[in-house]
Amino acid sequence: MKFKILISLFITLTGITILLDACKKADKTNGPAGFNPTYLKFIIPAGWPQPATDIFKDNPLTEEGFQLGRKLFYDGRLSKDGNFPCASCHQQFAAFATYDHQFSHGFDNALSVRNAPPIFNLAWMKEMHWDGGINHIEVQPLAPITNKIEMAETIDNVLKKLSIDSAYKRMFTAAFGDSMVNSQRMLKAISQFMGSIQSFNSKYDQVKRGAASFTVSEEMGYATFKAKCNTCHAEPLFTDNSFRNNGLTLDPFLLDKGRMRITNNTADSLKFKVPSLRNVAYTFPYMHDGRRFSLSQVVEHYRTGIAINQPTLDPLLKNRISITNQEKVDLVEFLRTLTDDVLLKDKRLGQPQ
Amino acid sequence: MVRFTFRNMVNTSPMDLNAATYINPFGETYTISRFKYYVSNIRLTGTSTTAIENESYHLVDESIPGSLSFSFETDENTFSGISFLLGVDSIRNVSGAQTGALDPLNDMFWTWNSGYIMAKMEGTSPLSNQAGKKIEYHIGGFSGVNNTLKTINLAFPAGKTLVINEGKTSNISLEADFNKWWQTPNDIKIVNLPVCTTPGALAKQVADNYSKMFTITDVVNN
Repeated sequence: MKFKILISLFITLTGITILLDACKKADKTNGPAGFNPTYLKFIIPAGWPQPATDIFKDNPLTEEGFQLGRKLFYDGRLSKDGNFPCASCHQQFAAFATYDHQFSHGFDNALSVRNAPPIFNLAWMKEMHWDGGINHIEVQPLAPITNKIEMAETIDNVLKKLSIDSAYKRMFTAAFGDSMVNSQRMLKAISQFMGSIQSFNSKYDQVKRGAASFTVSEEMGYATFKAKCNTCHAEPLFTDNSFRNNGLTLDPFLLDKGRMRITNNTADSLKFKVPSLRNVAYTFPYMHDGRRFSLSQVVEHYRTGIAINQPTLDPLLKNRISITNQEKVDLVEFLRTLTDDVLLKDKRLGQPQ
Repeated sequence: MVRFTFRNMVNTSPMDLNAATYINPFGETYTISRFKYYVSNIRLTGTSTTAIENESYHLVDESIPGSLSFSFETDENTFSGISFLLGVDSIRNVSGAQTGALDPLNDMFWTWNSGYIMAKMEGTSPLSNQAGKKIEYHIGGFSGVNNTLKTINLAFPAGKTLVINEGKTSNISLEADFNKWWQTPNDIKIVNLPVCTTPGALAKQVADNYSKMFTITDVVNN
């Protein structure tokens, strides 16, 4: 109970201090008569950096837009055979990653070729996907929807399916002022939902706010984390959003060169986006191809498993990372404090009824 | 008002999709099934003035006759030339979901490596080693050393100026010669490069060639 009060107090305080452009812009918008959406405030937690760009600047965040995006996110009709909504690979109970799957399942019994990343705090993520190929949240959904091994549908077909649904007509009207269904509106609505998935209520966050305390083991693990991990997994996002080669060997079947696919630069070979460690206890398996199944295995990789003979290996890892057995245990304990139960259980982010 | 009308050609013949067989400068035969490109950021240039079309993004698509011609309002004035961007400016490549000519439905947006295809040609050639003998050139990339954005500056035919009069529409006719894609300054041979569908050095080479494909054939003032 005490926790809840503190959390809501915190949200209120930050909510007052931080107003996004979306709200200011909204005052100037003259929509059609009767168009009166409920504008929402996007919260930037106290002490967090400002996002590099405001993802809601040209897409004012509204309750109606959020709810439309939520419906789309959970709607199988965005896929070719109806079985693969966004949420099939991005499950709330796994912090919007795929629970316990190295690779996700897609259309026609296909397996994906990379591990599904979780979705949260996207407002701070300049580039998306393991290779950073996506440069804006609004165009991200185009990739899985049209990928033949994921949702395998065309945007044209999706729009046709949505256009004949009276519930969508109503919801597009509520979100955008009239019932026109087009790709831009669909993408902006999904972005409102995805961009609203935030993680800043883990035990770690509560400790930072003075509302909880670490156990001794967690405290020791945090000290190790700060000494040996947080250059790349920088707080408070637990990623610096850079692309690095962390010493995994090239998979001889997948031949995934990561960032190089996007830049065509050999210096980017085997570099992948540094993932956030928030909710990491729920996003297993780990790494871009899900080849490590437990946090213990991940720590072991950095301690003994890094392939140090690779030309593009991150310089910080050239001697691997020295971690004692005790530090390893404590580090995993600390990583578990990054689990955000509010995110995992927030009904507002779940499948609409 | 000014009206732009594009006529797509191969050498001296009007382009004939899915029908005609063409020969490139290296003696390689091919057909064309799709040909489309973005024309944006149009400017009319005069000695003392420049007129800019606001929000100008046009997708010229050989398979859609209506896309070959478009018009817009502009200042009443006299102009001596035009410039435009062949492609979509970098800002629009990084600004999220767009609509109209820039709608991803137009099949000119890369979903896995965000960015617009500036110009696209698809067809077939017996020289291709691809399934169905397909050839595909999807040319894009908006940043860095392999930026494919091309500013096209065109002068009017000798002695012609563009005069915009109130309530009237003056016409500019342009030709785009696909044959220019193959050569000068870079040799693009089908046997070596039947497919180019990612940003990079090869796309840049094609773009360097195709930047020379336009000519203004006529200006008619009303």
